[in-house]
Amino acid sequence: MSAGVCFVSISFIRGSFLKYFFLNLYVILSLLADLLRQYVLNFHGLESKQYLYTYYYTDCLLTVALFVAVISLASHVFAELHLARYVRLVAVLLLLGTAGFSYAVVAQSTERLATGFALELSQNLYFVGLVLTYLLWGAVLKLHETRTRLVQMVLSLGLYFSAYAGSYALVNLAPKYEVVQYLAPVLGCFLPISWSLTIWRHNEGARLTPARLVAVPR
Amino acid sequence: MMAAFILAFSLLTMLMFFVSYCRSLTASSMHTSLSEEVLDVTGIHAKASANDYARVVQILQLCPERPEDRSHLQIVDAYYSLLNLVERVFVKLSPAVRNWAEEERAGCAHFAAVALGRRIAFNREMLAQQAEL
Repeated sequence: MSAGVCFVSISFIRGSFLKYFFLNLYVILSLLADLLRQYVLNFHGLESKQYLYTYYYTDCLLTVALFVAVISLASHVFAELHLARYVRLVAVLLLLGTAGFSYAVVAQSTERLATGFALELSQNLYFVGLVLTYLLWGAVLKLHETRTRLVQMVLSLGLYFSAYAGSYALVNLAPKYEVVQYLAPVLGCFLPISWSLTIWRHNEGARLTPARLVAVPR
Repeated sequence: MMAAFILAFSLLTMLMFFVSYCRSLTASSMHTSLSEEVLDVTGIHAKASANDYARVVQILQLCPERPEDRSHLQIVDAYYSLLNLVERVFVKLSPAVRNWAEEERAGCAHFAAVALGRRIAFNREMLAQQAEL
């Protein structure tokens, strides 16, 4: 939670709150979600239906917010090509498509449709987010994007998404190992910390050579 | 089966993003040249080499740290360990990969030396402020 507060504060101090508004929005929403979950947990308990609904719906909301954050970074990357509008259009279609697909999967089993839909949408959006970040990274390299802040933010997102997808898979493969359950909260701190460091250390004008970033030199 | 596939895919992408992220960290310090003071303290001759890293980190640990440097140094440290492993594995298999790892390790050493320079400057500033008080 303190990592999130740190990121929003640094964004304000460095004057980049509006520039990276959707990243800040995601972090603010995750802070609010934490508070809401804690409140429901204290009043209703871990096993309650209220906590179950709160947890899955806030998780779903956060995933949508993170998806929007990825799209906002894509808009920054494609802004100079005047393709930002098309990026947003594709994003809306992708979001609706993923929601439709998730509903179709869950609708077959009517039991717990509401929470089932939220969970399915979250997982599918995480996967779509990972693929989108991968494509975005490809675009960064192809378009020779040099803005250090943007490059590091995209890379942090890529790391976060792939680690999260990996931890989901690990939970399915080895649910009996308790250590796996602690991966998600640890990963949750990574994004705000790395974004904070990026905003703090580099100004908007900082540039780097994209050719130096790929593992195989071009 | 599906979970194993997703795990393998995500581990691969994670490795790729991790390497690129670390390279972006080291690349951002490449434009910063090392001060005479850092060169003197670390014994680096003009340009940091792969084997300088361990010595620079030892000196870094002696210097009171700046909180904002800590996370990036830890990430670069993990990257350096990964590169050591890669170099050991590919020492005879592929000289090209070994050379690449060597160059990357030198980048890590330069990154650590730049961090050391910042720490020295930071501590100087602190001492000056204390002296004023």
